[in-house]
Amino acid sequence: MAFELQRKELERIEKEGVASYPEECCGMLLGKEQDGRKVLSDILPLNNAREDSPRNRFLILPEDFVRGEREARARGLDILGFYHSHPDHPARPSDYDREHAWPWYTYLILAVEKGQPRDMTGWLLSDERASFLPEEMTISDEGTKFEARSGT
Amino acid sequence: MSVKVIIPAPLRQYAGKSDSVLVDGQTVDEVLQNLTERYGDLRKHLYSDEGKLRSFVNIYRNDEDIRYLDKGSTAVKETDVLSIVPSIAGGGPVGPGAPAMAGGLSLLMKAYCERKMR
Repeated sequence: MAFELQRKELERIEKEGVASYPEECCGMLLGKEQDGRKVLSDILPLNNAREDSPRNRFLILPEDFVRGEREARARGLDILGFYHSHPDHPARPSDYDREHAWPWYTYLILAVEKGQPRDMTGWLLSDERASFLPEEMTISDEGTKFEARSGT
Repeated sequence: MSVKVIIPAPLRQYAGKSDSVLVDGQTVDEVLQNLTERYGDLRKHLYSDEGKLRSFVNIYRNDEDIRYLDKGSTAVKETDVLSIVPSIAGGGPVGPGAPAMAGGLSLLMKAYCERKMR
């Protein structure tokens, strides 16, 4: 399933990643599924609860999940997935990402190298939980054509 | 006796595309056992290979996390609603200056729950 976002949302995630560097940022991706595509409307930054190891781990607690879900529902949106940053590591899912992933959700990973945003990639957990599959991403500027990026 | 179980969006594809189902059981464990017997593909997403509820899977009875109640033995009645609530976790590879907590998320969630219950 393709994931669509506007450049301004990409830039918001990059700002989050830079602001939290050298620790990981995390948050929800809110939007709607339309005609077999996930279309991002907004991001919801959330607290990284991994106080013991925030440089290479993130955790969104269930109560924060419930709060985000309620906000999404109140706005007529769905949770499409989650974003997080990899400080000084490539934008590729780790084994830890895969072991803790949920199906269907899109996982956007932003690499932040020495405090500067680099690649962002999108991933989906495979049905058998054995691997992450790259998800096609399209990034648009308002009123201009789409640019395709993927997590390959 | 049946209770309503709310299925989160990512798991609906394994539960007949339903956002909620009615499942028999007197306790949370019984309800989840019956749920995963009815929808076998749900099992691998809720339970580890060792048969334990995955650390990032949280079960709420109405608005309460069952970790703060009687865990899997928590009793349910017909008017209760059980929700499967995800914790979302992940992160980069382990590297210098970025120690991973021994025991991973299970230990962390346990420590978090103990702190919250004090």
